[in-house]
Amino acid sequence: METLLSSIDLIARWDVLVALLIGSIGGVLVGGMPGVGAAVAIAIVLPATFSLEPIVGLTLLLGIYGSSMFGGAIPAILVNTPGTPVNALTTYDGYPMTKRGEARRALSLAYSASFFGAIFSIAALMVLAPVLARIAPMFGAREIFLAALLGILLVVITHRGQVLAAAMLACVGIFLQTIGIESTAYTQRYTFGMGWLQSGIDLIVVVLGLFAISQALILFMDRDKKITLPNVEKVGFIAQMKDLWIYRRIATVGSAFGVICGMIPGVGEFMSQFMSYSYAQRTSKTPELFGKGNPEGIVASEAANNSVPAAAMIPLLALGIPGEELTAMMLAVFYVHNVIPGPQLFAGQMDFVLALYLCLLLLNIIVVVFLFFSTRTLMKAMTIPNRFLGMMILTFSLIGVYSLRNSLTDVAIAAGFGVFGFMLKRLDYPTSPIILGIVLGKLMEDKLRTAMARVRDPWDFIDRPIAFILFSMIVIALVLQAKTAWQGRKSNKAEKSVTQDA
Amino acid sequence: MSDHSPDEPRIFPEGRKPGEMLFSLLLLLVAGALLAALPWQTTWLDGRGLAAQPRFWPALSLSGVILFAILHKLSRNKLDRTPGRWLEGLTWVRSLEFIGWYLVYVAAIPVIGYLLATVIFCTLLALRVGYRGKTLLWAALFGLGVVLVFKTAMNVKIPGGAIYEYAPEQLRYILLRYF
Repeated sequence: METLLSSIDLIARWDVLVALLIGSIGGVLVGGMPGVGAAVAIAIVLPATFSLEPIVGLTLLLGIYGSSMFGGAIPAILVNTPGTPVNALTTYDGYPMTKRGEARRALSLAYSASFFGAIFSIAALMVLAPVLARIAPMFGAREIFLAALLGILLVVITHRGQVLAAAMLACVGIFLQTIGIESTAYTQRYTFGMGWLQSGIDLIVVVLGLFAISQALILFMDRDKKITLPNVEKVGFIAQMKDLWIYRRIATVGSAFGVICGMIPGVGEFMSQFMSYSYAQRTSKTPELFGKGNPEGIVASEAANNSVPAAAMIPLLALGIPGEELTAMMLAVFYVHNVIPGPQLFAGQMDFVLALYLCLLLLNIIVVVFLFFSTRTLMKAMTIPNRFLGMMILTFSLIGVYSLRNSLTDVAIAAGFGVFGFMLKRLDYPTSPIILGIVLGKLMEDKLRTAMARVRDPWDFIDRPIAFILFSMIVIALVLQAKTAWQGRKSNKAEKSVTQDA
Repeated sequence: MSDHSPDEPRIFPEGRKPGEMLFSLLLLLVAGALLAALPWQTTWLDGRGLAAQPRFWPALSLSGVILFAILHKLSRNKLDRTPGRWLEGLTWVRSLEFIGWYLVYVAAIPVIGYLLATVIFCTLLALRVGYRGKTLLWAALFGLGVVLVFKTAMNVKIPGGAIYEYAPEQLRYILLRYF
């Protein structure tokens, strides 16, 4: 109770509430503009948060992170274009419902399922928090190293169809963090005698290039799409929320998938909604209607993806391990303010952790109320032409990268990563393994060095229960991936021989 | 191959896109060159364990890039190729034009100031990407709005322009501080 009061005290300030309001409504807005999304918005806003207090800066970023998926459902349902990549599955059933004239019902289901998922996730984590606070101190250097390794491994293997590309890019990220003067023996690594490389490559510069500038380039190269907005009729708030009750089983299971996937570093929204959607289809009385406008499909995907943000904060806060690119960016805010997430934070500053969860709870309430009353106004954001959006993103990204230290070199590096990110996006390659490679690579290097000082023989590394469990999970993940790859190879061969026979 | 129609969104990408091989090859070449530079770009410290060597992580990561790039290339070879490799390469090169615009914009800020540079950049870029008429006015207004919000109201750290030095003394401070 005392912790709860202390956490309320932390957020009961005008600047936190303003950050909450700007973050949540801004997040819905950027989510509702196809081609922008939370990653671009967070990358742009990130440097501005460095001058704010950690709780204010994080609230702003959390607001964007937690609410963008709400907004992303609007274009997914109305114009068949997901506002954020994680709303892709919502289009499957949302757009056919719009074509049937049920746009308002589809939107209401998406909002209420998203809200349910988020609240479910926050509630689950508040219940789990005391347990996690007890487990977190059991994580020493070797456990954190193994958890980070597991995170990288899962980021790679959850990119189905792109596993090798993701592994290649994760290695690029790990390499990037090694550039500069290393912190133990102060030797130079890949500086080529150039002064500007000695301090290494700034994560923010990479993030702005890979997410914001690359997205601007993508939009410039794209044609403006003509969007015809469908009619969305007005319905009462309670009537809209009530519809979810019919699909409560799917919403609950989907949210549970989201919580589990969010808590495991590297898994995240894609896997959770994929699992939730598959479950809903498998257990539905009308599986044949999935992809043709089945409301169960919308509930499954939206409940699952919106329950991830709160859960994804767990490995970040408890272990200092970000599970995906958005939490990796948030980690930068912690480091700038010298607040080191990890077992100490979780065990010693539970009020701060709880304050973040309360912010998440509040932002979801703000967003859902805002959306039910302003969808028709928000729909106009979708009509901003692509290339105009590109110009906006490029202008905003300058503020982020140039205001860091007024360095033209930083801008040039960000521009370089912008082109690199543009190439990756054109090829459908994931960018998150690079960011996680940079963040987790640094963590792995530091923790492995510390851990090895106390290790006499290899068995010592995993002789503690948590280390052993993490190691077993790594082995299991590798074995399962090898099995999947082998089965894929076999089925490809069989498919080829059938085609040849035919 | 894919069961999806080209317009249908997909959660996991499928097939082989034009330029994949070119990209893998470029990455392979860069990683190979960096790995070759390992002996003189990193240090080996005597008497330290492998995990504490400054050379360990660069070597491991670059070897990883090379290994996975080769495996990726081999695995993609088996998929049906979508033609357009060089066209895709050309698209990558074409994107450099906008990077040029961006760098000129940044270089212009310390000379003509954030306000002028931003308004001109937004308007000219909007003109370049094909907008005419009222949209250009919107672009200029957007530029003005960005300056008013970020520099004037939030006081974001962006340098003033050299031309502000020519302004009358009272106006000079306002220009340097807010625009």
